[in-house]
Amino acid sequence: MSVHSEPRAVASAQAISAKIIISGGFGVGKTTFVGAISEIEPLTTEAAMTSVSEGVDDTSGLESKTTTTVAFDFGRITLDESLVLYLFGTPGQERFAFLWDDLIEGAIGAVVLVDTRRIEQCYASLDFFEEAQIPFVIGVNHFAGSERFEPEEVRDALGVPDRIPMVNCDARDRESVKQVVIALLDTVIVAVG
Amino acid sequence: MTEWGPRLPDPRMIAGQAPQIRRTVAAPPTPTTVPIPRDTGDEPERDSIVRPFIVTGGRTGPIDDRLRVETLVAAAPAALSAPLNFERSRIVRICQRPASVAEVAAYLGVPIGVAKVLIADLEIEQLVTIHDHAEPHSFLTRSVLERIRDGVRAL
Repeated sequence: MSVHSEPRAVASAQAISAKIIISGGFGVGKTTFVGAISEIEPLTTEAAMTSVSEGVDDTSGLESKTTTTVAFDFGRITLDESLVLYLFGTPGQERFAFLWDDLIEGAIGAVVLVDTRRIEQCYASLDFFEEAQIPFVIGVNHFAGSERFEPEEVRDALGVPDRIPMVNCDARDRESVKQVVIALLDTVIVAVG
Repeated sequence: MTEWGPRLPDPRMIAGQAPQIRRTVAAPPTPTTVPIPRDTGDEPERDSIVRPFIVTGGRTGPIDDRLRVETLVAAAPAALSAPLNFERSRIVRICQRPASVAEVAAYLGVPIGVAKVLIADLEIEQLVTIHDHAEPHSFLTRSVLERIRDGVRAL
């Protein structure tokens, strides 16, 4: 049974859309985060990445392809009748996310979720967004039973500069998730000037 | 070989890694043997990857590069009465309210690339409209960003 209610507003024929990316290591809570704020149950879609085998005898006219499909989850928030915000989670296998620039292209920015029990799993995301100069914030997702760290301790451990917001986050809690998204938007608004 | 061309194998009989038959037609063909639709309403499907390539005639990239995963697509009510094959009529139904490329792909159970090809074709035929966004970042003005932030605050 879905706990998601009907959208408050329905996007009109002139609506535009925007997206933010929810990233982080496997099992860190990306889909939970998306689901906490999405007006629909998170959907799953996939991207096919195809590589053509070399050295294949193609006298028959057939091509042999190896197709890897990478799945990712996403959610939607209809903010008003002319504006829809999507949240796209990066694929579970983190290494595939960065082969697929289509997902990231044109995003407002990203949230990188960190699990303090497996802190190194977010490094790939941090490196990617810093390299690509995509605005991001870090959400420190607390799992029950894990030691609670101050954001500054996590900042030191990750070696993240002060200009990148780091906020505590409970990916299951709608209000907490909202605050993380707002922190990202504030960051981008300040940068736009 | 049938009188209409090569007989397409029933996708249910194909193991996932069968070689794809590549076609060179520009327009989307109407499949002569239509894969039996496993239509369970609008739930996402978990079909084999083979079927979508039959649907798009082997094409994996759209003609239209305005389509991002979040790009909204809308179909006119009039499009509901156009004679369309299974996947295309589903897209037209899904897009009676603006829906993103990603949502179309999820509801059809096809990869993003396939959804983009189908949507681009439908737009050429004027059955759907693609909601343009401006150059990559120029539409993300301060005022749009503030609208988004205020909208999220109000949730």
